Amino acid sequence: MNIDLQALEARHPAALPGAPAALRALNLQLAVGEQVAIIGPSGAGKTTLLQVLACAQPPTQGQLQLGGVNPWTLPARALRRLRGQLFLAPQVPPLPPRQRVVTSVLAGRLPAMGLWASLRSLFYPTDIPAAYEALVHFDLGDKLFDRVDRLSGGERQRVGLARALLAPASLWLIDEPLSALDPMRARMAMAALVSLARERQVTLVATLHQVDMALAHFPRIIGLRDGQLVFDLPAAQVSPERLAHLYDQYEHELRSEALPVALHAATPEAPAPVVMHCR
Amino acid sequence: MKPTTTPDTVSVAQAFSTEAANPPWKLPPPLFNARCRACWFTAALLVLVVASFVSLELDWAAFASMEAARSMGRFVAEFFPPDLSPVFVNKVAWAAWETLAMSALGTVIAAVLGLALAVPASRMSAQDSAWLRSPTRWLLNALRAIPELVWAALLLISAGLGPMAGTLALALHTSGVLGRLFAEAMENIPTGPGDALRTQGVGSLRVFFYATLPQVLPQLMSYTLYRWENNIRAAAVLGVVGAGGLGQLLSFHMGLFHMNKTATILAAMLLMVACVDALSFAARRWLTR
Amino acid sequence: MSVAAPHSSADRPSGLPPVRPHTQAPARDPAFAGRVFWLGLALVLLWPLCVATEFRLWVLWEPENRKVTANFLRSFWPLVHNPEFLEMVVRETWRTVAMATAGVTLALVLAVPLSLLATRVLSLSALSGRMDRWPAVMRWCVRATLIVLRSIPELIWALVFVRVVGLGPTAGVLAIALTYGGMLGKVYAEILESGESHATQTLMRNGSGRLQAFVYALLPSHAAELASYTVYRWECAIRSSVVLGFVGAGGLGQQLDNSMKMFNGGEVATLLLVFIALVALADRVSAWLRKALA
Repeated sequence: MNIDLQALEARHPAALPGAPAALRALNLQLAVGEQVAIIGPSGAGKTTLLQVLACAQPPTQGQLQLGGVNPWTLPARALRRLRGQLFLAPQVPPLPPRQRVVTSVLAGRLPAMGLWASLRSLFYPTDIPAAYEALVHFDLGDKLFDRVDRLSGGERQRVGLARALLAPASLWLIDEPLSALDPMRARMAMAALVSLARERQVTLVATLHQVDMALAHFPRIIGLRDGQLVFDLPAAQVSPERLAHLYDQYEHELRSEALPVALHAATPEAPAPVVMHCR
Repeated sequence: MKPTTTPDTVSVAQAFSTEAANPPWKLPPPLFNARCRACWFTAALLVLVVASFVSLELDWAAFASMEAARSMGRFVAEFFPPDLSPVFVNKVAWAAWETLAMSALGTVIAAVLGLALAVPASRMSAQDSAWLRSPTRWLLNALRAIPELVWAALLLISAGLGPMAGTLALALHTSGVLGRLFAEAMENIPTGPGDALRTQGVGSLRVFFYATLPQVLPQLMSYTLYRWENNIRAAAVLGVVGAGGLGQLLSFHMGLFHMNKTATILAAMLLMVACVDALSFAARRWLTR
Repeated sequence: MSVAAPHSSADRPSGLPPVRPHTQAPARDPAFAGRVFWLGLALVLLWPLCVATEFRLWVLWEPENRKVTANFLRSFWPLVHNPEFLEMVVRETWRTVAMATAGVTLALVLAVPLSLLATRVLSLSALSGRMDRWPAVMRWCVRATLIVLRSIPELIWALVFVRVVGLGPTAGVLAIALTYGGMLGKVYAEILESGESHATQTLMRNGSGRLQAFVYALLPSHAAELASYTVYRWECAIRSSVVLGFVGAGGLGQQLDNSMKMFNGGEVATLLLVFIALVALADRVSAWLRKALA
């Protein structure tokens, strides 16, 4: 689906009233099937932008149009149908720890499954071959029936990406897909995502800290800093000077010295039950 | 500023003064300080305890006198030897099985009912209006507040004498307890998986089965097994009002003063409680491996 | 909707792992057999349970039972609220609370010494490694006593005491004192053993007596938790004392029993409402106290 942002402003949900907006006066147009990487230092508003595009958070000002309609003016049912057509992969893979990989991956297809089929799939997964194919793209075929909490952080992140392959979506919004992956796996995952998106004519928007990966795989790069668009250029035109200007005072991130901390708090344990009973 | 004096030159006036010998900041704190909340609280507690003992007019002689001790001793002596005739042990075994079945079935029904009530009683996400939350929580509190014995006495009217009333009583009371525990567990889980599915537009029932339940299931089972330990004790005594099982046998024989039979029944109760405790502990360990 | 096969080696960038031959997806879910087994086992176990408890839910819908239930429920309204009855209700409510308070107080008298005897933190012989044999045996015996005390339901104790000391609150207070003494003692011993015992052991190593070490080191660090648990048990004791009223210990429970035997729905409804309110109030007070102590 195509995206159109006009003078968009959005605030972080937990922001104090006087704090500056997370996104300011953003103008962005994406055609169907385009692939865009969003780069920028920490706090630039990349995650907030993805949340706004995924209709998880309403913009405070400006216009958002997905596929030519403003999602926040739609009635509930139409909005739900629209949501089924997009897919957001958060930075921390949203996988319940004791669930099996096959169920987690097939959950990506829930918008397209009926209620009875979804519930039946809990007892016996309805489409094992599709889940297997999706995992093979990320080199995880042998982990199909393992429990999510038995996987490493990188494997969990790849399972989160494999969910996108099963979603009936025409817009993929991926937040930091490579943060827990080693360079070889990162290249493989990136190549798989990009080629599959091109094949299916899916609009792909990914935020990345690894600028070299962004430049290597994406035709269009958007630079964000402090909630504002710094540049919106084809990858070939992004020069080292522009990058230095974008990451001014955040050079350590440009050199990938500071890894994002999010994925190290991998699976939070279920809180211990408070045992206060009358016995 | 008083001139410093050595001890042997303390003046007569000072020796006879009614002021404290030490400066105020060295004195021990007053026993009751009207400004201190804890003092008021302790005073209230003491008043409550004393008033309780006084108003109940307890029969202290019953505890303390020789007569009472001798009568207690005679009473305890009647328990031995316990009646171990095969016929009676068989009867006790069947009653124990009935009690075990009551507690197990009651707990299972309570878990299902509790889960069904916990869903409306919890707030699934920040956007969830959860308008059913308050009424359902009131219902759960009402179910929980009434003890199993009172439920059993009420249900005997509809269900008649026998273990079904006991099972339903256990189920109703425990569903209140479990419902509240389940709702709190469901509200405390990380919201990531549920949010991801909701962003895709998945309905709340499927979000519950695919995101909430997998995260919270081990805790739910642990709570249920822990409640089973409590319910076996409760089931053992429900029979006193006529709900079957060991309790009914106990109150029958105690009413006829068959103390050695009562001793057997008590021993069976203790044994069953110990078994269920051990089973429940082992099951909880196995589930969270 | 099937997913396309992985790329051939021709257009894969270098440095990536070699493409595995396209393996076949697994045909079946390995966990399914296990699930069917456990489900079947659960159903098989459920049947004898239903038989043993004579669980025939449809009996509730039989005409006579329905009529009796409907009449009873109908008699709930109007609630009995004449002044003598309400005065009696207030008096019995106080009696219930008093029974619970007195019971828990006596339970404390029993529990505190036993828990001090049972806790391993105050063991002098354990300061130098393993506890000696006799102290360990003594502690084990005290723990076993506490477990036996708390395993016997208070209703049983009440039944026995009613035979010995007669009807009335004495039997109830004694029953609560014994059962809750066991409960409190065991949990106190566990609380004292949890957490750090360094200060206590240092004091004992340097020659202080056990009671001194308890008062100066152990008690201050755990006082809040001990008090919090005691308040929680007091709330449970209120519920217990209502239950004990059914066997003759007086209070709201006995009134409830009397009213139910006479099928007086109005009185039963009033008593139930008063009881629910009492439990809610005690719950609030206990939660507030526990928050203040924390």
